[in-house]
Amino acid sequence: MSGAASPTTARTSRRGLWPLAHRSLLGGWHSLAFSALLLLGLGPLLAVLIVILEAWDTIMTLAGQRVGGPYLTSAGATPVVLILATLLYLRWLANLTRSLAGRWCGTPILQPYRPAPQQPGIWRRLRWLATDPATWRDLLWLTVNALAGTLLVVVPVAMVVYGIVFAILPAIGVPAARLPYVGIITAKGPGAGLVGVALIVAGLWLAPRLLSSYGALISLLLGPTRRSKLSVQVERLVRTRSDTIDAGAAELRRIERDLHDGAQARLVAMGMTLDAIDRQLDADPAVARALLAEAKDSSVKALSELRDLVRGIHPPVLADRGLVEAVRALALDSPLRVHVASELQGRPPAPVESAVYFAISELLANAAKHAAPCDAWIDFRYSAGMLRISVADDGGGGVDQQHGTGLRGIEKRLGAFDGVLAVSSPPGGPTLVNLEIPCELS
Amino acid sequence: MRVVIAEDLFLLRDGLTRLLEAHGFEVTAAVETGEDLLSAVLADKPDVAIVDVRLPPTFTDEGLRAALAARRELPDLPVLVLSQYVEQLYARELLAAGSGGVGYLLKDRVLDGTQFADAVRRVASGGTAMDPEVVARLLASNAADGAVAALSPREREVLGLMAEGRSNSAIAQQLVITERAVAKHTASIFMRLGLQPSDDDNRRVLAVIAYLDR
Repeated sequence: MSGAASPTTARTSRRGLWPLAHRSLLGGWHSLAFSALLLLGLGPLLAVLIVILEAWDTIMTLAGQRVGGPYLTSAGATPVVLILATLLYLRWLANLTRSLAGRWCGTPILQPYRPAPQQPGIWRRLRWLATDPATWRDLLWLTVNALAGTLLVVVPVAMVVYGIVFAILPAIGVPAARLPYVGIITAKGPGAGLVGVALIVAGLWLAPRLLSSYGALISLLLGPTRRSKLSVQVERLVRTRSDTIDAGAAELRRIERDLHDGAQARLVAMGMTLDAIDRQLDADPAVARALLAEAKDSSVKALSELRDLVRGIHPPVLADRGLVEAVRALALDSPLRVHVASELQGRPPAPVESAVYFAISELLANAAKHAAPCDAWIDFRYSAGMLRISVADDGGGGVDQQHGTGLRGIEKRLGAFDGVLAVSSPPGGPTLVNLEIPCELS
Repeated sequence: MRVVIAEDLFLLRDGLTRLLEAHGFEVTAAVETGEDLLSAVLADKPDVAIVDVRLPPTFTDEGLRAALAARRELPDLPVLVLSQYVEQLYARELLAAGSGGVGYLLKDRVLDGTQFADAVRRVASGGTAMDPEVVARLLASNAADGAVAALSPREREVLGLMAEGRSNSAIAQQLVITERAVAKHTASIFMRLGLQPSDDDNRRVLAVIAYLDR
């Protein structure tokens, strides 16, 4: 039993037994937490029961069958506030369950709710809550959860608790007989200890397995249905489409104005100067020469303005080299020390490249404007159909996503491609901005 | 001096040819594509090739790539790249290919025929011609650099002109100062940036650009 064999055994047990125990204990703890949530669910369940009984009572009263109900004081006066509070509490509980299920059962669940009304008002909120099918599915979950949840999460917890009562407590000298009557298992003597240990082990073994079934059940009832997913998506599409149209129109107006006030005006001036030269050529060659210099100057300025305009519409280097090289070119022009790294194997579609390029351009300009001289890092990654770009700088931080118009502009621009933007910028820095855009590389 | 031109727009190709011939250059070939440039350069062995960045068929940076390829075929072939816009990125790639005999200018610069012919000659003789806009951006992206920030305004002017590839006498002429004053400024600049002074114009340019382009 000793010697060469034991280290191997020890290693195997470390590899096999400890993770198993760890998983089981974790499962047990998570089951316990979910059991506590079940208790939290009893409140709204009770409230729903009261509301149903009240409603029944009201109907009976109106039908003249009975006067006054035995359940609560005044029929029909079930406070709206109680319903509202219950529904809001239910939503909170459901959301808590969703996020815990994502963390503990391995099934991330999205919220299926419709967006809240913009205007205040208790009736408006009540209607918002009551007309959302997700609310009714929450209620269904509450009921099913009270039954199925008991089987899936309370049973393993109960097994472990019984085990402790039967095996561990007697072992440390608390006689089983003096414990209050706790259940159906009433074995005595050394047999009880054995049963207790078996219960603990079985409970812990069961816990993680039942948890994943519980996760599947929750996601079935609390996850968005196809319908609600579609309605959320339609709402977002309507919003991003109008943003895109607005942005496009504004951009065209800007280009029109720039051309009108810039290159176009300069060409007109140049034509007039050339006409003046034509008249002065014989009469006063010196004046004609001066005017020529002026015309040349005008043409140089017109060219430079057109160049800036083109750069703002679609930077040539982006067309030439693609996103990553264009960002490298941008980095060279920045007063910050910018480090660009990329794992991209291909090029995103041209509109995405353009949106991302201008987003990064804006972010770098922001960093150079607000932050003290610093380094910046731009990182391109792509996995599972998602282009991910992080832009970080070690400047002063304190960038506010809600109030920066630049950031909102970027958000809108990316929104057209279902892209999102996340900013982390605590005062004192560093600032980290993450961009995510679903797209194909070619 | 013999020149090959690659430019796809007829008006510009024609204009460039006439401008260069007016300044005493001999245009041996004026072609439209990158491929034609390569064969023309190999056939004519010109003193300098003038190439537009954007050429058919891709209309991206075909011209730049053709110019770099031509330099690989004919090492030290002087190349002057013209473009409607300038990028530090491209300037860097051109400078990295061999030593000297490189130019990168905005197309606008042909409007000043004398200066442009000057730049062509400079490149043909192994010198450098960087567009003032490239240099301005190089300087701007070095604004935070302590050593550059510590230079006097006049010294920064001289630094910019040096980075463009101008000789001391050209700088003196431009700034209306004596060549001795220019020499004094350059010595001071090199000392403050910690660069090895050099009498060789081209090596001096490359050192300055390399410093700014870190």
